[in-house]
Amino acid sequence: MNPVQRRFREALLDAERAVPPDLQDGAGAPAGRRFSVYRNNVVVSLTQALHDAFPLTRKLIGAQSFDALAAHFVRKHPPTSPLMMYYGDALPEFLGSFEPLTHIGYLPDCARLDIAMRRSYHAADTPAVDPSAFQCAPETLIALRLALTPAAIILRSAWPVFDIWRMNSAEGGAKPRVMAQDVLIARPDFDPAPYLLPPGAADWLEALDAGRSFRDAHDHALQTTPKFDLAQALTIALQSGALTDSKTKDR
Amino acid sequence: MLDNSRRIDRLPNNAGVGYKPQHFDDLRADPGPVKWIEIHAENYMGAGGRPLAQMRVLSERFAVSVHGVGLSIGGETPLDPDHLARLKHLVEWLNPASFSEHLAWSTHDGQFLNDLLPLPYTNETLAQVANHIDQVQTTLNRQMLLENPSSYLSFAQSTWSETGFLNELVRRTGCGLLLDVNNVFVSATNLGLSADGYIDAFPLHAVGEIHVGGHDEDTDDHGAPLLIDSHGKPVDDPVWALLDKTLAKTGLRPVLVEWDNDVPDWTTLRSEADRAAQALALVA
Repeated sequence: MNPVQRRFREALLDAERAVPPDLQDGAGAPAGRRFSVYRNNVVVSLTQALHDAFPLTRKLIGAQSFDALAAHFVRKHPPTSPLMMYYGDALPEFLGSFEPLTHIGYLPDCARLDIAMRRSYHAADTPAVDPSAFQCAPETLIALRLALTPAAIILRSAWPVFDIWRMNSAEGGAKPRVMAQDVLIARPDFDPAPYLLPPGAADWLEALDAGRSFRDAHDHALQTTPKFDLAQALTIALQSGALTDSKTKDR
Repeated sequence: MLDNSRRIDRLPNNAGVGYKPQHFDDLRADPGPVKWIEIHAENYMGAGGRPLAQMRVLSERFAVSVHGVGLSIGGETPLDPDHLARLKHLVEWLNPASFSEHLAWSTHDGQFLNDLLPLPYTNETLAQVANHIDQVQTTLNRQMLLENPSSYLSFAQSTWSETGFLNELVRRTGCGLLLDVNNVFVSATNLGLSADGYIDAFPLHAVGEIHVGGHDEDTDDHGAPLLIDSHGKPVDDPVWALLDKTLAKTGLRPVLVEWDNDVPDWTTLRSEADRAAQALALVA
């Protein structure tokens, strides 16, 4: 097989490798730093893609540190698909093992929040359940079957990721205290936002999404979290447009 | 659902711009001379959300060109069937006035490098690229346009000129061409060739669209000028002059202003489109 593109690719991501000898300038002299244009384009464009895709992570460690670590990451984990909107799935794990940053324990989950925001942004449009669906006879209500919309993503974290996000958002917030937080990322219209879930709500939403009836999901949440507050959880689910009764769920 | 009945089925011979989501409101309020827009296919391959919603609105009013940047038509490995299927889905949904891609590669061994990389022009690569174009045109059931690259170097093993290579691809596959005159200017400067000579040798009868865009200036190891196709600033005067010369030969064609990095406000981009419209007015 023709090895031209293999040699080219290997030298692109590894600046230690020699420029392939079949590359030349217009006069037939070795290409030299002309090859660096491609090396630079690849690393800069991939770094920029991550820079745009991980706003919270970038803010937490600063743009300069972020771009430096991104330049490491893109060489180790080049994209495997031309869909740059999904690039960076391996970043949370990379952050967890990247020596200079391992002391920031919450960083990987903050990167997961960035990923969830982006996935939600591009997810399929599914109409949220109308609140009037809950104004029905109790026997209808308990049998109701709902699911998460494709744009609704649950992130369970051992860290206060919602508070970290809020403190770093435009509106700002108090300095987070150490605690675990469950976060719902959802998209009422086109702009995804994180919602802090009260205890048990993540279990409740996941039970609904697994196909359990309204009553079964409630029972399940009460089992895991005796103080589960259905009214509070339902309010957040309706505000965020995270639940659908549409039968045509498409992920 | 997208209403396909009102779709414009070919690009108009007017000025267009590379569409950026931040211009959504301004473009509709004050399009100036802009009659069509171009989108990068890969940015509209999500399942839903704002990008597709914007396209539903804009495609009612503007002709749309879908411009792929990730198919790797010049690759020595087979086209990614998943990506081709996504492209087919997008093209069937949007029914754009045009689909175009690049004479370049970006994927190898399952790694996507997010850049338009060069290939040698040999009989072997000619057959590979022609096969890939056939595959795309058959899958999409439409003619595609292939864009000439910007080059920073050349391959010792090339046996075809770029214009000869493109001409032969047109002959073998029936594809059309997207002539990027900024790329012509960049490549000609970088490789010490004549831009006018390139245009003279180009199969102009096959040109379905013309691009202009901005470039940066650097130098190579020997201090010779090395232009970088950056799409991050206004179009340079020599490129506008090359557009005038090209349009004088091709006649009216759709002309697109590309500005992909450091994207300016709408007024600045629109004034570039005004200049493209003026170039077209000289031909009319």
